[in-house]
Amino acid sequence: MYWNKEAETMPREELQKLQLQRLREVVKYAYERVPFYRKRCEAAGIKPEDIRSFEDLKYIPFTSKADLREVYPFGLFAVPLSEIVEIHSSSGTTGKPVVAGYTRRDLEVWGEVMARSLTMIGVTSQDVIQIAYGYGLFTGGLGFHYGALKIGATIVPASAGNTRRQITLMQDFGTTVLACTPSYALYLAEYARDEMGIDPSTLKLRVGSFGAEMWTEEMRREIEKRFGIKAYNVYGLTEIIGPGVAHECEEQKGLHIWEDHFLPEIIDPETGEWVEEGKEGELVLTTLTKEGVPMIRFRTRDITSFVPGECPCGRTGRRIERIKGRTDDMIKVRGVMLFPYQIEQCILEVQGVEPHYQIILTRPHHLDEIEVQVEMAKETFSDEVRAIEELRRRLEKKIEETVGIRVKVTLVEPKSLPRSEGKAKRVIDKRNLS
Amino acid sequence: MKVKQISIFLENKKGRLYEALKVLAEAGINIRALAIADTSDFGILRLIVNDPEKAKSALENAGFTVKITPVLAVEVDDRPGGLAEVLKYLYDADINVEYTYAFVEKSGEKAVVVLRTNNLDKTISVLKEKGITLLSEGEVANL
Repeated sequence: MYWNKEAETMPREELQKLQLQRLREVVKYAYERVPFYRKRCEAAGIKPEDIRSFEDLKYIPFTSKADLREVYPFGLFAVPLSEIVEIHSSSGTTGKPVVAGYTRRDLEVWGEVMARSLTMIGVTSQDVIQIAYGYGLFTGGLGFHYGALKIGATIVPASAGNTRRQITLMQDFGTTVLACTPSYALYLAEYARDEMGIDPSTLKLRVGSFGAEMWTEEMRREIEKRFGIKAYNVYGLTEIIGPGVAHECEEQKGLHIWEDHFLPEIIDPETGEWVEEGKEGELVLTTLTKEGVPMIRFRTRDITSFVPGECPCGRTGRRIERIKGRTDDMIKVRGVMLFPYQIEQCILEVQGVEPHYQIILTRPHHLDEIEVQVEMAKETFSDEVRAIEELRRRLEKKIEETVGIRVKVTLVEPKSLPRSEGKAKRVIDKRNLS
Repeated sequence: MKVKQISIFLENKKGRLYEALKVLAEAGINIRALAIADTSDFGILRLIVNDPEKAKSALENAGFTVKITPVLAVEVDDRPGGLAEVLKYLYDADINVEYTYAFVEKSGEKAVVVLRTNNLDKTISVLKEKGITLLSEGEVANL
């Protein structure tokens, strides 16, 4: 099911032509209206008319989150405030918040991409959609709201929180579509069962759109099993538009980017160069149609890769893998990029060790060495040295196969690695790199 | 005829062995036999004690990874070739020894060794057939 078949299935060649045309327009638009972009381009010795092909994109400087904070609040706005009809903002937990301003047309586009996203997973005007993302400055609630409004589905704007009422609403209103963060979905299922004696699979829910945080395939399967639904991944960020930058189709094999509105690149976060097709790197996005706050080559810090090949669903927008991590977590060792989550996956796949680990980087003889300390699972501790050595070697082999470099695995006692609330400190860099 | 051995996973970290033994001392556990298998990263401390269950729970409460492994406590003649003779029986029966270590105390005129093989049940029947004495849990506790 398509919301906008022409745009969604536009032949690649045609789509690229449209993208290039829009790219040239938006660069010119930003250059003329936003002093920040003009200064950046001038410093790089580049003029909007120099952009003639996608290759030329490489000459345009990136925009980072730090840049956005520096021009807080309205420094990147390309229109006077009188033309801005709505403002959203990130929470600003890690510094000054990022402010997004939408013109009336920006809101139209937002509704359009969210309508496409929801239609793609089978949502129609016959559905009752409960939006349990926060409404307010956070883009989650209203982004879904505008999309569902376009489709004409019955919206239950529950917003986040009040778990008992959420479940009562689902039961009484016969909610068929759930939109919230994946961790909240799991909590809802657990709460329904344990606190209210309601089997979540007996609710009328059939699909859900989950995002705004990192999650795994295992979590997807768990949500699907508990509610008896199909669970889909949504991607977006305040700096670009909010939810609706990309969404999974029914194939569940990557998220289609709405490329007529958002131009994606994937770069090596260290060098800024494009990575080989299919390789992991940092997602960089350029808004192609935004009026309020055009965003040129915005570094999302999210790690993903393009899914190769065409999608059987017929949509031509390229797909990205679910977000794997943040560039902030990246480690570069002997010239190879690696992420703690890759090591975590190996640990989870090799049974017998706990998913508690620490990565220690040293440089004893001018060469980086990685030691991965992993807690031994109590259940699999064997009296035999051989069995433990075998476990260690299996893990070393698995990690080497996955990340491409040799690591040394050390098994440590259970509960001996430091625990932290929230974000665990996974990497200890003892290399003296100054 | 099997005897319970306590195996403890020890990281190669300063004071870890001391901490384990301190926990046992505080729990009033008496150690009858002891051996350490070590690699560059970790060690396995193997103990025969007077009360294996109590020792296990005391160690676990202190955060150690502990496993109870069945082993044999074998009486051997306290003379040159005593142990070799026992091992010869196992060799002939195609049984592999995984490890062995000795008790501190003797049982009368006999020395006692701990024996772990790849097939304990077969080991028991071979040694019994040869008239070798295997000590029971109770006998070991009272050595």
